[in-house]
Amino acid sequence: MLEIKDIRKTFNAGTVNEKIALRGVSFHLNEGDFVTVIGGNGAGKSTLLNTVAGTYFPDEGSIVIGGVDVTRLPEHKRAKYIGRVFQDPMTGTAATMQIEENLALAKRRGNRRTLRRGITRAEREDYRELLKILDLGLEDRLTTKVGLLSGGQRQALTLLMASLVKPKLLLLDEHTAALDPKTAAKVLEATEKIVQRDHLTTLMITHNMRDAIDHGNRLIMMYDGQIALDISGEEKKKLTVEDLLAKFGQATGSDEADDKLLLG
Amino acid sequence: MDFLLPFFNSLPNAVGQGLIWGIMAIGVYITYRILDIADLTVDGSLTTGGAVCAVCITMGWNPWAALLMAIIAGMLAGLVTGLLHTACGIPAILAGILTQLALYSINLRIMAIGDPNATTKATLALSVDNDNLLLSSRFVRNVDLSNPLILLVIVSAVVIALLYWFFGTELGSALRATGANQAMARAQGINTNFGKVLGLVVSNGLVALAGALLAQYQGSSTNDMGRGAIVIGLAAVIIGEVLLDKVFRNFALKLLAAIIGAIIYYIVITLVLRLGLESTDLKLLTALVVAIFLAIPFWKGKYFSGLGHAKKGGASHA
Repeated sequence: MLEIKDIRKTFNAGTVNEKIALRGVSFHLNEGDFVTVIGGNGAGKSTLLNTVAGTYFPDEGSIVIGGVDVTRLPEHKRAKYIGRVFQDPMTGTAATMQIEENLALAKRRGNRRTLRRGITRAEREDYRELLKILDLGLEDRLTTKVGLLSGGQRQALTLLMASLVKPKLLLLDEHTAALDPKTAAKVLEATEKIVQRDHLTTLMITHNMRDAIDHGNRLIMMYDGQIALDISGEEKKKLTVEDLLAKFGQATGSDEADDKLLLG
Repeated sequence: MDFLLPFFNSLPNAVGQGLIWGIMAIGVYITYRILDIADLTVDGSLTTGGAVCAVCITMGWNPWAALLMAIIAGMLAGLVTGLLHTACGIPAILAGILTQLALYSINLRIMAIGDPNATTKATLALSVDNDNLLLSSRFVRNVDLSNPLILLVIVSAVVIALLYWFFGTELGSALRATGANQAMARAQGINTNFGKVLGLVVSNGLVALAGALLAQYQGSSTNDMGRGAIVIGLAAVIIGEVLLDKVFRNFALKLLAAIIGAIIYYIVITLVLRLGLESTDLKLLTALVVAIFLAIPFWKGKYFSGLGHAKKGGASHA
């Protein structure tokens, strides 16, 4: 479903601020894979995700989603294949627009925007039903401006929007990092529910080892712009935090699997 | 009391000016409020609208066709600003200034079209006696169908109805999303650059329409009629919001608030003129009013929220 070949990305090349973010990353996701990506600050997780999403282009390498080479496709065109939830709850929704308007915008992802109605009556009923999955009472607040919702509610709504038109790939960029633990757990639960329901191919970045181990069928750990560990199948199911730290040490020769990662 | 009577006598004219500038203010509302861009093109495109309309009418065109040509000319100006901003990566505010400056020269040329003795012209007079005009300030106190206020109310209503419809469509919603949150819009597959260009085109079309109506209403097109237009438009939008935002929730009513804001602005202007201020002092007055009303939300956020930072909607827009 997703084929990444040797992507490289350097920021501020040739200046004192030069930062090599990705040093040749390759991997392949099968349809229905739910992959968690973990790594410390500056490991290249977010750069990887943003390159897949099209926020910027890689210097080298290629990205193929569902058989379509999207390496040079602008962000808004690539959005046809990709559902996204961002780290900042403010980024995924339009604050000054209503809940139903936000959903209606997401419903038209990948289609030409025409002079037909921006939202129809039939849609409203659908949205009411869909919002019930989140279990946040949003189904009764369709015309509420999104700006009035809490961070957790906005994140949950963004998740629903990302899956409204079934994406070939769901990208979750530390989407619970900005939330309090209880809300984070609820949003993760909703994530699991939606991913299972639609069998979505998912790439989830997280800072939290526990979450990375508990969710998904495969775990990728990044270090210094490269993939340090790639664990799947039975091995992933039996994985513990201690295993992960030990494996990380072996793979990188670094004891940098530090407090930051543990506490994350 | 001898100042009140002339004031009341000039009220109809203030309402006429207010309605015309209200249409212009709706154009400003589209860029400033919906797209979150301060577009300075309007100072030039208002004059362009007036110039194109006046030239077409002096050449004997049907005045409705002249209005249409003015709108198209304004839309082209918006297109240029939009492309300078999106395709050339120039900051929106500077792109607007560049187009506005270029239009100064272009407008002088436009007004000389059809005159074999001139290559540029700073004014072009229209006469309600000799030219076929849709409206004139001369009849603003008439109690019959020649009163220009009737046409202006109808045009305003049509503009509001069209925009209300448009911003409810898929394309219009995409444009609102572009202004509200670009990252979100792109993630939902919206071409934000196209949205910005489209918004600037529609906005400047409306501003040029206002310019065309103004040229006919005042009986001339002059090269400086658009000077400071952006500030008057902002004043109208802000006055409308301050007074009516709590009452007017619906989008159509928000547009109406801009028109009402413009009318109030011109009534206040008429009042201060009657109180003895020179008409040349008005730009100073307008600038002060806009500066104060833009500063209020910022101060509120800074000193009354206790958080020390202003909310979006204050000076960060300007």
